[in-house]
Amino acid sequence: MHITMTGINKSFSGNQVLKNAEIDIAEGEIHALMGENGAGKSTLMKILTGVYTRDSGEVLVNGTPVNYTHPKQAEEAGIVFIYQELNSVPDLTVRENLFLGKEIHGKFGILDKAAMDKKARQVLDRLGVSIPVDRTMSELSVGQQQMIEIAKALLVDAKVIIMDEPTAAMTLEETRVLFRVLRELKEKGVSTIYISHRMEEIFEICDRVTVLRDGQFIGTKKVSETDMDSLIKMMIGREIGERYPARHSKIGDTMLEVKDFTKKGVFQNVSFSVRAGEVLGVSGLIGAGRTEIMQSIFGYLPRDGGTLLIRGKEVSVHSPEQAISYGIGFITEDRKTEGLMLEKSIRENVSLTNLGRISDHSVIDKKKDMELARKAVQELTIRCSGPEESCDSLSGGNQQKIIFSKWIFTEPKILILDEPTRGVDVGAKKEIYNIINTLAEKGVAVIMVSSELSEILGMSDRVMVIHEGHMAGILNNRPETAAAGEKMASQENIMTLATGGKLK
Amino acid sequence: MNTKTLSRPRIGDILQNLGAMIALIVLFVAFSIISADFRSMNNILSLLKQASTNGLIAFGMTGVILTGGIDLSVGSLLALTTVVGALMIHAGTAPVIAMLCVLLLGVVLGALNGILITKGRLQPFIATLITMTVYRGLTYIFSNGMPISGLGSDPLLSGVGRGTMMSIPVPVWIMVVLFALYFFILNKTTFGRKVYATGSNEKAAQLAGVNTHKTKVILYTISGFLASAAGLILLSRLGSAQPTIGVGYETDAIAAVALGGTSMMGGRGKIYGTLIGVLIIAVLNNGLNIMNVSSYYQDVVKGIVILLAVLSDRKR
Repeated sequence: MHITMTGINKSFSGNQVLKNAEIDIAEGEIHALMGENGAGKSTLMKILTGVYTRDSGEVLVNGTPVNYTHPKQAEEAGIVFIYQELNSVPDLTVRENLFLGKEIHGKFGILDKAAMDKKARQVLDRLGVSIPVDRTMSELSVGQQQMIEIAKALLVDAKVIIMDEPTAAMTLEETRVLFRVLRELKEKGVSTIYISHRMEEIFEICDRVTVLRDGQFIGTKKVSETDMDSLIKMMIGREIGERYPARHSKIGDTMLEVKDFTKKGVFQNVSFSVRAGEVLGVSGLIGAGRTEIMQSIFGYLPRDGGTLLIRGKEVSVHSPEQAISYGIGFITEDRKTEGLMLEKSIRENVSLTNLGRISDHSVIDKKKDMELARKAVQELTIRCSGPEESCDSLSGGNQQKIIFSKWIFTEPKILILDEPTRGVDVGAKKEIYNIINTLAEKGVAVIMVSSELSEILGMSDRVMVIHEGHMAGILNNRPETAAAGEKMASQENIMTLATGGKLK
Repeated sequence: MNTKTLSRPRIGDILQNLGAMIALIVLFVAFSIISADFRSMNNILSLLKQASTNGLIAFGMTGVILTGGIDLSVGSLLALTTVVGALMIHAGTAPVIAMLCVLLLGVVLGALNGILITKGRLQPFIATLITMTVYRGLTYIFSNGMPISGLGSDPLLSGVGRGTMMSIPVPVWIMVVLFALYFFILNKTTFGRKVYATGSNEKAAQLAGVNTHKTKVILYTISGFLASAAGLILLSRLGSAQPTIGVGYETDAIAAVALGGTSMMGGRGKIYGTLIGVLIIAVLNNGLNIMNVSSYYQDVVKGIVILLAVLSDRKR
């Protein structure tokens, strides 16, 4: 199937989000669609699949003009959009999800389970995944759920599959399986439109890339004929310089020491320390227990054993409240469910961790409250109409900056970051790295959990690797401080430890 | 890039109560035109007096609903505390002591709701459905199913429900003062922020260091306290304690909160909206009574007015 979209315009309540956008998808190609958050990628794809109607422009499928007004029509034509927030029903089984709305039934409307199982089996085999069809959806990992979505697409005989950041929450192994599946689909003539912020993936899997900026078409390039820097320049309209800005911090005394942290079945005997001004990267596969260890340090997740020392003194932290009182801050992995009150204003979110600072005898000082929010907007350059704007209308990068300001103003001595740049576009990513560097330079001890290896290697002084709840090792990432023959942090060494291997 | 207006949330807040405000004004004006009895000062004061009990309960309910919870037990809690108070007075306890015990019991029973919900991890609906049943049962056990009267003529006890101050009934004063106090707590204090945060995103609130369990227990405790205070007003006004007192009070309170635009999911809403809701219900009850509308029809009319007010709020 060959798709051409040209001259696409679309406005929402006077705000033009697409101006003359275009994209061309050939049969059997993997085509990356890139651009910063708000560049119009999703809108363009939703117009293609009939979720939105375009104001003007042309969509050709195999040379014939089409105008889908409902996703169902696009699906019947073989174009399927797999959303980032997967559209499956968590309480139903895999089988029920696969055939939702398209159940196979025999006489009298009785479901033909055998027929469905057979078909499901065929599709899942084709994908090379072994997921029992009567498993409840919510028991599956995100990667497995993604596979079910692809299986759903194959069941309706999709010719073009659109995927929005499919690997955001996938393990490395799952990503590998996904890429293999996409390549196989490509050979059978199925095209994929691949939306992702992860440069490495674009260069690994995609054939061509189209870049949008501010709703406009910037260009389409063959991946083999371009490079990371020029793509970034296309996306943000200027040079970005170093992806990972340099840091000039003085590493001081040990701030936090974790000893023998254990939670049965989740993590065992984890011990490490982090010093003032240092960024300790925490790497490992998804599900290795990294987040849980951090939550436990923060007093959110009860542990079975282990001690916590702050500046060499043993402290008892059993609630986030206590952790904050010891100067620990925690920027959580999931902005929407753990980080923000989405429908509340920037002001209300920033002040929540700083209630003591903006009040006198528990009575809120309105002026201080407002000042703090203004300071956040200014100092972290949060792009918004003002501190009263509610968070749900902001981009991921700006939401993340609100969470940072929420914690920075508590003046933490130790700051834990869990996936600080997930779902954040290139420009905002660099701003966040700058914030992290400024904090470290001020003497904050930073622990940064990240699944992006390049981010770990670009930002950390040392890297701790977690494998199945155990600390697999700590690697130095500063060549200037390396001892002779010391094992350094590198992509290979980290992956070896993360997958349970031994360093030679 | 984003051109959404700065004042969006504020306009939203005002609009949230606009439907209810209009409903209140329209009803008030309409009844005033139709009935001279309705618009008399005396009647308006007695209307406010009638509003006071539902007012107190609804204020407590607002705090609870702001966290996404519900307190179904208020009517039963009111009955149990007043019956215990009446029994104590009947047995010769000084009315002051008995009245304090009523409030204290309200605090304890309210806290129990909160503990069942937080420590016991019960759904608020289930937890308070259980206590609603149990508190009512205990009320019948203690009273033997009989009304308790002959409470003497203590000036304090009779003053709470029947007295006036500056020619305004004492219950109206109590409602105004408690409203102002709770308004202040919810809107101007750090505790209020924690309440909204708990209702808006409980997990995020916990991770920001808010003790959401403590916050909830306090809110259910306040709800219990206010329900028992409402019970004292009733006890004083009626001069006796019926074991059937307070049946269905939770529905009027929840209706007032809903009328006031507070989201049943928590996180959004204002206590002054609840006050408007309370007044709408009081105006309806009083006006329809004066016009001799049968109480069967009253309920239907009440339901329709609530539906209209809530529907008009939804167009935002």
